[in-house]
Amino acid sequence: MAGTPSAPATATRSAGPARTTRLPALVPEPVELPAHLAELRAEVRAFLDAERAAGAWTPRADVWLSGWDAGFSRRLGERGWLGMTIPTRYGGHGRSALERYVVTEELLAAGAPVAAHWIADRQIGPSLLRHGTEEQRQAFLPGIARGEVFFGIGMSEPDSGSDLASVRTRAERVDGGWELSGTKVWTSGAHLAHAFFALVRTAPVDEGNRHAGLSQLLVELDRPGVEIRPIPLLTGAHHFNEVRFDRVFIPDERVFGEIGDGWAQVTGELAFERSGPERFLSTYPLLAALVGELTAGTGTDAGTRRRIGSLVSRLWTLRSMSLAVAGALESGEAPELAAALVKDLGTRFENEIVDAARLLVDVPPDPGAPDGFARLLADAVLHAPGFTLRGGTNEVLRGIVARGMGLR
Amino acid sequence: MARNTDLADLAESIFSDSWDPGATGLDTTAWRACAESGLTTLTAPDTGGTLDDAAVLLETAGAWAARVPLAETDLLAGWLARSAGLPVPDGPLAAVRGSLGPAGDTTGDTTGDTVAGVLPRVPWGRALAGVVVLDGDRVLVLDAAALTVTEGTNLAEEPRDTLDATGVVPLATGPAPDGAADELALRAALGRSLLLAGAARGALARAVGYAGERRQFGRPIARFQAVQHMLAEAGTEVAAAAAASAAAAHTARTAGFAAAGTTLAVAAAKARCGEAATAVARITHQVHGAIGFTREHDLRLLTTRLWAWRDEDGNESYWNDRVGTAALAAGPDGLWPLVTG
Repeated sequence: MAGTPSAPATATRSAGPARTTRLPALVPEPVELPAHLAELRAEVRAFLDAERAAGAWTPRADVWLSGWDAGFSRRLGERGWLGMTIPTRYGGHGRSALERYVVTEELLAAGAPVAAHWIADRQIGPSLLRHGTEEQRQAFLPGIARGEVFFGIGMSEPDSGSDLASVRTRAERVDGGWELSGTKVWTSGAHLAHAFFALVRTAPVDEGNRHAGLSQLLVELDRPGVEIRPIPLLTGAHHFNEVRFDRVFIPDERVFGEIGDGWAQVTGELAFERSGPERFLSTYPLLAALVGELTAGTGTDAGTRRRIGSLVSRLWTLRSMSLAVAGALESGEAPELAAALVKDLGTRFENEIVDAARLLVDVPPDPGAPDGFARLLADAVLHAPGFTLRGGTNEVLRGIVARGMGLR
Repeated sequence: MARNTDLADLAESIFSDSWDPGATGLDTTAWRACAESGLTTLTAPDTGGTLDDAAVLLETAGAWAARVPLAETDLLAGWLARSAGLPVPDGPLAAVRGSLGPAGDTTGDTTGDTVAGVLPRVPWGRALAGVVVLDGDRVLVLDAAALTVTEGTNLAEEPRDTLDATGVVPLATGPAPDGAADELALRAALGRSLLLAGAARGALARAVGYAGERRQFGRPIARFQAVQHMLAEAGTEVAAAAAASAAAAHTARTAGFAAAGTTLAVAAAKARCGEAATAVARITHQVHGAIGFTREHDLRLLTTRLWAWRDEDGNESYWNDRVGTAALAAGPDGLWPLVTG
C-alpha cells in the first residue's frame, strides 16, 4: 500500500538499499462504505428516478457548474440531503462525510442540477463550522441546509489565476468594519447567489511572505457598492461573473475567521475542494449515454469493449482513490497531496470520456438537441477546457505533487 | 481496516536485509525469513492473516523486486490445495491450470496412476517444492522434484519454466471446488496487481532520489519544472496503482472472490496497474537518462518487472475487455450500479 514501506532508491549505479528515498503516502488506505449506506443510496436513486420520470430535469454534463435549479436544491433540502454533515443545532443533519459522499456521487452520476447549492454545501458549510462565529453559523447554516441560501467563491481575480497570493482586492479598516475595493472574477453563480467569501488583502504585500496579510470576508452580494457583471462562457451561457467592489462596507461581524489568517483558511479547504467526486464525474452522464449508444448499436468489437473497459477501470480506480481521501478527511487528516493527485487524474479522465465518446460514436455534437447523446457530447466538449483549470490548474497541482515528493 | 504497519515494517526489513541487485533465482534467505515469520502462509485459515495483510506484504515485495514466490505459494497454491481438501506441501509452490490426463488407462480410479502432460511457463518452476494443478474438475498436487524442468524466464529474469509431468504419480488428487478456474485467475491477477503497484513505487522512489542528485546545467535535474511534472505524472500513476490494487484486495476480502463486485475490482485493478506500469517505466527511465538503461543500474530490477508483470495473469486488453463487456451488458442505467457495487 502506498507509503507504508519505502523502497530503495539509488542515485548512482547499484548503490544498494542504504541510500533510500522514502516516498510520502500518495494515497490513504482503502475505505469501505458501511453497509447501511446502501439504503440511503437506494433512497436517492428512487428520488432521482421519480424526478426524471416527471420531467423535472434532464441529465446534463458538468452540472455542478451549469445545472442551477433552486427548486431542485430546495427539494433536496426537504429530504435532508443538504447540510448533511452540519450539526442539527444549526439545521443540519449530523451525518458523516461518507453519507454525504454517497448522496453527492449519486446526484452527479445522474446529471442532476446541483449548481445552486453546490458551493454552499461543499465548502461554505464546513468552513463556517471551522472558522465562523456563532452568529455567522446561526445566520447562514440553516438556510444552506434547507437549500435556500446559495454561495459563490470569491477567490480569483483578474491576472491572479491559480496564483492566489497575488490577489489585490483591498479591505481598509474603517469604523465598525472594513471597506472593500477591487474585483473578483470567474465567480460561478454570483448573479444568483446570496453571498460569497472574498479573499482580500488587509495588509500591504510583504514580498518576503506573500501569504501574509490576507483575510476572508463574508460578503452578502446585495450590499451597496457591489456590481455583478456577466462573463459569458464560449457557449454563450451565463455562469461566470465579474464582481466589483466600490468601497463596500463589511461590518466586523462579517469578518470570517481571523484577520491575517486568510491564506491558511483557504488552503486548508482545498483538500475538500479537490478530491470530491465532482473531479471525475463531470462527464459521467456522457459515459452512460455512450454505453447506451453502443448497446443499442449493432454489436461491439474488441477495441470498443476495451476502450470502454479502460474508462470504467479508471473510473473505478478514481472512485476508490477519492473515497480513500474522503475517509482520511473524515478521520481528521488533511491529505493535500492525495487530493491534488485525485484532481489531476480525475479531471484528465473527464476529458478522456469526451474523446472516447467522439471517436466511438459517429454522431456530431449538437448543442441544440433537447437531450441525449449528441447534446451531452456538445455540452461536454464545450465545458471541457474548464475541467483542468478550476480549483487550481493541473500544472499548479503537479507542482504541489512535486513538492510533496520532495522535488522542490 | 487498520493499516498493518507492523507487517509492513517486517516485510520491509526482510526484503531490505537480503537486497542483492546482482543476484538471480530464488532468494533463499528472504524465503526462509518469510517462512519463519509465517508470511509464506499468511492467508491460510489458521493464521489470522487477511487479503489486506497480503496486500501490504506483496506490495512491499514488489517495491523490493523480491525474488520469492509469495503470491504463488500463499494466494494461489495454498488456497487451491486446501480448497480441494489436499495437504499443502512445505516450501515454495506454484498453482497453474493444466491438462494432465492419465498416461495410460483413462477409466476408473486414477489414484496411484501416473499422469502425462506439460505445464508451460510455471513461475519459479526450478525452485519449487510442489506444483498444484487445476485440471478441469480436479486438483492435483505434484512433487516438483519428480518433474523435468526446461528453464525459461520472463523479461525480469524470473524463472518461468516448462515442467514435464509425464510419468509422475501425484502426491494427492481431489475434486476442484466450484468456480475454481475463475477464482484462480482472479487471485493471480490480484497478486500480480499488488506486485505491480509496489514495483511502480520502487521505480518512482529511485527516480525521485536520482533527480535530486543528478546535476545538469549546473543544478539538480529535480529543479527543472519539466522533470518535476514528469515525476508528478508518475506519482499519479503510482497512486492509482496503489489505490486500485489495495481496494481490490479489500473488496475480495470483504465480498469474497465469487462476488460480481470482486470480479470488477480485480479486473479494473489489473488493467489499471498495467497501464500505470507502462507510464511509470517510461518516465523513470527518461529521468535516469542512459545509466538507467544499463545492466549495472538497479532501476532495471523494477522496470523489467513492470514490463513482465503487466503481461502476466492477463494484460490490460484482457481485463479491460472483461470490464467493457460487463459495462455494456449493464447498459446505460446499470453502469453506475456496477461501478458502485
